Amino acid sequence: MEAWEQKNKKRMFMVIAFLSLATVATYLINDYYIYIAAYVWFGVIYGMCLQYGRFCFSSAFRDLFAVGVPRMVVGIMISMIFFAFVSSIVTSTEMSTFHAAPVGFFMVIAGGFFGFGMVLAGGCASGSLYKSGEGSGAAMLVLLSISITQSVFVAIRGDWVNKLVPQSWHDSAVSKGLPAIIKVGDGWMDQYLAGYVWNFPNITFARMFGFPDESVVGAFLLNTIVGVILPAALVLVWVYLVWVRKGFLKKRMAAGQGIGTGFGADVAGYWSMITASKRTALAGLVLGIAAGFHMFVMKGLQVKFGIQNFGELMTRMGHTFGLTANGTVFDPGYWYVTTQEAQWVGWVTQKLGIENMDNIFFGLTNGIPNPLFNPADWMTIGLLGGACIMALAHNEFKWKKPTMELAFWAILGGFFMGIGSRLAMGCNVGAFFIRVSNGNPSGWLFGIGMVGGAFLGVKVFNWYTERKLAKEMEAF
Amino acid sequence: MAMKFEKKGEGLYFLDVLGYVCPHPQIYTKKALEKIAKGDVLEVLFDNPSSAESISMMCEQMGIEIVERKQEGATFLWKIKKS
Repeated sequence: MEAWEQKNKKRMFMVIAFLSLATVATYLINDYYIYIAAYVWFGVIYGMCLQYGRFCFSSAFRDLFAVGVPRMVVGIMISMIFFAFVSSIVTSTEMSTFHAAPVGFFMVIAGGFFGFGMVLAGGCASGSLYKSGEGSGAAMLVLLSISITQSVFVAIRGDWVNKLVPQSWHDSAVSKGLPAIIKVGDGWMDQYLAGYVWNFPNITFARMFGFPDESVVGAFLLNTIVGVILPAALVLVWVYLVWVRKGFLKKRMAAGQGIGTGFGADVAGYWSMITASKRTALAGLVLGIAAGFHMFVMKGLQVKFGIQNFGELMTRMGHTFGLTANGTVFDPGYWYVTTQEAQWVGWVTQKLGIENMDNIFFGLTNGIPNPLFNPADWMTIGLLGGACIMALAHNEFKWKKPTMELAFWAILGGFFMGIGSRLAMGCNVGAFFIRVSNGNPSGWLFGIGMVGGAFLGVKVFNWYTERKLAKEMEAF
Repeated sequence: MAMKFEKKGEGLYFLDVLGYVCPHPQIYTKKALEKIAKGDVLEVLFDNPSSAESISMMCEQMGIEIVERKQEGATFLWKIKKS
């Protein structure tokens, strides 16, 4: 083993040691911290899987449209199928922490913003996290841009934004009877949420057909088979027919395996597409199972401590700064990415003297706890650590300073992703992956928007790279 | 570092996308392969691990052979022959 490889191994053990030490030390201070430790270690699993499988939602449709590579679409669909299956077991045993989001066309628009941004940025919200763990400075800038954009977007107030709010949103928002500390009649985002989004039904496929999510028919048949497996299989058939079939049959013929355009050849082609990137498929499988198990563990800890939200444990420990008007903090109970990034910035700006607890996002639903006590923030740290561990283990860690060109794309892409994730109340993980896998049609609507946004983003990149390459080719 | 696309010799081209993140390396590689003639070789230098997976699958889909794969740490130098 060469010296630089040994150095990587040493760094890898240092990351593991830091996370282990933080877990043990905080547990010794108070056993409530095991709640945060659970988030940390699931974050580590997510980070390791993402880095190992080069698992980035951005590349799913971007690489398909741009270079005809379907591996990531396959990985995501596999992951969601396994997550849905584990989730249905967890839900039917009443151990799920999932809450369905409102279902409306606004999710398609939000997905469009997000999809466009993730292509420009070079990575989705979770992809940028794992790439930061690989040492990419551009990915770190993406995270910063998403975080600041979200934090500012939810807090903008004033007449100029209120003029953009339809009267019906305003009337509906003020009629919700929110705590007086929340200035719900002022600011675009609050009136959008309370006056528009919250009026849409929070449904799942099970509830659409009149079955509770916890019932066997609801959890397994409707939320999993109808809501995830069938649509995922159809997406893969579409991808196979449009991008893979022609090349597969051509190769099959060249290899002397006969013309074989019958059903058997197509089944073989479909299967070869699924197994083409074992690395991505395996990461998807583990991610899916881990995401389902994560909900079970968090619910178990809530039952153990007799709570519904980590804010209650914070109050018991005497840490009340940054709690919402309901005494809660952002505690999703499953994998989430963008909300905690906005909380970081929200906490910093509050410390700088800017009041931001009077809006719904910070003041009513998520809070701005000290990052040391923020469970979701620790999940992000775990994810960064997990990606870093895997990158160091495979000697793929490298500090990469962003160029001005990449910084421009990172900030611009992060801006669009920040807007999209607030409009959808989640990103590619929270608004798409989690919701789809739990039978919430809202996730598919976000996905449709993401595909449209990614398509537009690819168009922009095709134009930009074509111009640059033509300039280089002038020399020969 | 800015992207470089050079002609190194007869039928040999060099694409340097070091420092670039997704989707730049794979898009530049695809476009460069479209520009060169059949039988020509394209050397691609990149350091974005996820692009390795995408470029590899892209070449397979296009029926193009990657004749040499060198990797030192997170830096990849691949030779792709357009067939």
